[in-house]
Amino acid sequence: MVPLSWYIILSSVLFVIGTAGVLLRRNILIVLMSVELILNSVNINLVAFSYYHQDLRGQVFSIFVITVAAAEVAVALGILIALVRNRAALNVDEIRTMKG
Amino acid sequence: MAEMVFFFIFAIIAVGSAVAVVTFKNPVHSVLSLMVCFIQMAALFVLLRAPFIAVVQIFVYVGAVLVLFLFVIMMLDIRQASMTRFVAGGHFWIIALLVVLIAEMVVILSRSKFTNMAVAATSRLDGSVKEMGIALFTKYLLPFEVISLILLVALLGAIVLGKKELS
Repeated sequence: MVPLSWYIILSSVLFVIGTAGVLLRRNILIVLMSVELILNSVNINLVAFSYYHQDLRGQVFSIFVITVAAAEVAVALGILIALVRNRAALNVDEIRTMKG
Repeated sequence: MAEMVFFFIFAIIAVGSAVAVVTFKNPVHSVLSLMVCFIQMAALFVLLRAPFIAVVQIFVYVGAVLVLFLFVIMMLDIRQASMTRFVAGGHFWIIALLVVLIAEMVVILSRSKFTNMAVAATSRLDGSVKEMGIALFTKYLLPFEVISLILLVALLGAIVLGKKELS
């Protein structure tokens, strides 16, 4: 029987790693992958609480999180392709056209 | 006992490959280690008696999202540009922010009362797909339809953004 705290600790470790990836790396592809990692660490939490409470809501919510993550990746990669086609920039610091 | 051993195996591989995602220089290597990480998470979902979520994880993440990442990396021919590591200049604030985040996590986790919770004895879930489907199509029908709308909007957005000329 695995204690619930182990799952929570694992998911917070993965969350911190994902946040570090978003903040430390400037490559836009790696930033997107780190966002995926963050969303997945939240999924672990949801499913773990769903199991320990014996309640289906956590699993239903994790399906919604997975769907939103897939939609986000589709749109983000579309934006990335349009961006690279226009100015070949992959560094997130170089993309500041919308900055007022 | 065996469950703990398996949890440790999956957790160590997941954390190691997550660190590899952030530290690898080549984006293709990052995608592949992210794939390893997601497969370990699917195994953890099986340990948590959620086989349907595990299968969806493999299908959607490993089968669709990461393959999409690989396609984009290979299609764009940006290898020279994407190889550079692009570490930000202002390191100090980032490290300070991460230390604050880690400290916050440690404080919250050490004070939470959920940590020694046992599995609830009432109304056991059997972890079947049938249970999940009934919940999704009766109680959660409205969010389910909203999510399908979100997918439609994302599809249209990706098509519009991917077009050559925005005339």
